[in-house]
Amino acid sequence: MSPLLHVKNVETYYGNIRALGGVDVMVEPGEIVCMIGANGAGKSTLMMTICGSPQARTGSVIFDGQDITRMPTHEIARLRIAQSPEGRRIFPRMTVYENLQMGASLDNLKYFNEDIEKIFTLFPRLKERQSQRGGTLSGGEQQMLSIGRALMARPKLLLLDEPSLGLAPLIVKGIFAAIKKLNEEEGLTVFLVEQNAFAALKLSHRGYVMVNGQVTMSGGGRELLANPEVRAAYLEGGHH
Amino acid sequence: MANISSPSVADPHEEPSLMARAFKEAFFAGLVSLGLFCLFVGVETYQNINNELVWRMRWGLLAVFVGVAAVGRFLNVAFIRPALDKRKLAKAKSGILDVSEDKGFFHRHFLKIALIALLIYPPVSVMLRGVQGSLLLVDNFGIQILIYVMLAWGLNIVVGLAGLLDLGYVAFYAVGAYSYALLSTHFGLSFWVLLPLAGIFAALWGIILGFPVLRLRGDYLAIVTLAFGEIIRLVLINWTEVTKGTFGISGIAKASIFGIWSFDVGSPSNFAKAFGLPMSSAYYKIFLFYVILLLCMLTAYVTIRLRRMPIGRAWEALREDEIACRSLGINTVTTKLTAFATGAMFGGFAGSFFAARQGFVSPESFVFIESAVILAIVVLGGMGSLTGIAIAAVVMVGGTELLREMNFLKVVFGPEFTPELYRMLIFGLAMVVVMLFKPRGFVGSRAPSAFLHKAKNVSGSFTKEGHG
Repeated sequence: MSPLLHVKNVETYYGNIRALGGVDVMVEPGEIVCMIGANGAGKSTLMMTICGSPQARTGSVIFDGQDITRMPTHEIARLRIAQSPEGRRIFPRMTVYENLQMGASLDNLKYFNEDIEKIFTLFPRLKERQSQRGGTLSGGEQQMLSIGRALMARPKLLLLDEPSLGLAPLIVKGIFAAIKKLNEEEGLTVFLVEQNAFAALKLSHRGYVMVNGQVTMSGGGRELLANPEVRAAYLEGGHH
Repeated sequence: MANISSPSVADPHEEPSLMARAFKEAFFAGLVSLGLFCLFVGVETYQNINNELVWRMRWGLLAVFVGVAAVGRFLNVAFIRPALDKRKLAKAKSGILDVSEDKGFFHRHFLKIALIALLIYPPVSVMLRGVQGSLLLVDNFGIQILIYVMLAWGLNIVVGLAGLLDLGYVAFYAVGAYSYALLSTHFGLSFWVLLPLAGIFAALWGIILGFPVLRLRGDYLAIVTLAFGEIIRLVLINWTEVTKGTFGISGIAKASIFGIWSFDVGSPSNFAKAFGLPMSSAYYKIFLFYVILLLCMLTAYVTIRLRRMPIGRAWEALREDEIACRSLGINTVTTKLTAFATGAMFGGFAGSFFAARQGFVSPESFVFIESAVILAIVVLGGMGSLTGIAIAAVVMVGGTELLREMNFLKVVFGPEFTPELYRMLIFGLAMVVVMLFKPRGFVGSRAPSAFLHKAKNVSGSFTKEGHG
């Protein structure tokens, strides 16, 4: 089976500064794959490079057999790569309902009623808050909204950038449970970037470790969890 | 219930200290306004016989300003605020919120009432002031305000909905006005042909401006649009072969009632002659009033419709977060360009109407301050809110026109006093006051364009699915 997403030897620059130095990542359909790493390792840059902003200088990004390296972001999104970006980026002055509507703009709201019910069962809190402005939600609710909005696009691949950032452990648990449920019940493919290595590796089928813009390790989620190097660096209060 | 009591209100023993505080605050308010107005109002510059610029102090006027500030502050601290507090306290104690779900009759039918009032405005003013006397009411107040309402509603699409700060909006107004002026004088085309054409030209210019500024946002965008506005004005001044430069273009043809009746005095199908009425320019103005009213309604209708359509939602999402928009598959380039083009188009309509009304256009009418006034109306009204913007236009433009009529002030301040010169001062004061008390404008809250359970307000794309 060919991978759904294949990042091949990608280098990304911000001006003259190299943020990614030859990254290779593969995500098979139906998998949850995570990328862990410290602050500034280049995890979010990888996420943004997959979405085409900034574009990779060398290497290529293949999605579903199609080279998307040089595509503009909105066209990549139209191939059903949905993203819950870093910092959530919900629309603060629009209501929860309208935010979800925006997520469904690809199909011009064709499956809207059906899909919104699904989102509301997944995140009942959003149903309670549906007529509230996005900006008035708590951090956890905003994260749910951001994921929900991405799901409204009926994605083939869901990209999550630090879904646990700044959230209470209980809420993180809930959100990760929701991701797991989506993966198991609907076969949704998920690629997530996380600093919370323990939770992310426990959730994922496979994981990658990124250091200074390069992938230094990869393997099954459990396998990485047990790896002494990973444990020392990311799990046992090591240096960040 | 929690013990809510403000000591200055509840405790009568505090009364003397309240007065003392009021005096103190009044004194400081006076001091601050003295400092503020000392140069603005206190100093008057003029030219003497030798053509030298000299200055003198206007102590009396300065004293009036300072006095108003001090007395106002005193009244506010000593009486108004305690009274308001007392009322709030009484309400809190009674435990009944006087916010009722049922809005008053006026509130519920505000739009209908406003529309009917506007429709009967010209006949009523003719009845009140006679045919000739109604000119002032219909033209200076009615048409003038409605032009600004339309311009502000047009700019609202760019600034209020799409969040693109445009300081050069008057350029599209100019493009519309000159399109009509030039095409009408050179090719003799009628108003009703040129109105849509002017809109299209302005929209084209909107796209031309849009392209280079696609990557800009916020203050950078503001600067570039400001420059664009100035470029258009300078072209109008310097391209003398076509635009006749600062002399402007005069003798622009009037609009006709769909070519059936004309308002030209010499024409055989003159409106007044056809109906056996005495000759007056008031008929033309009344006709124009209805034309601009119609244009305003069109602007409002299109804005309301667009807000519920995908493109309108995309504009609003773009204002909120451009990166999120892109990651949701929205093409931000076309979204921005359509916002610029649509906003510009309404500016163009208003411009061609302006040319038909004035019969004369010159670059003088399209200076930066016009852009600033239009933007101020949008901000004061509450970005995105059509009702708020209309109210702001009435207050701002109507207020300016009213100032011209306030001849009684000359009795107070002396015969040299020209109230309209204080326009900008009052304008600024009004803005500060509104922004202090209503930081989001008159109607600051954004009404959602879609709901789950309120079927009547759900956009068409849902109702198709049987959810409406």
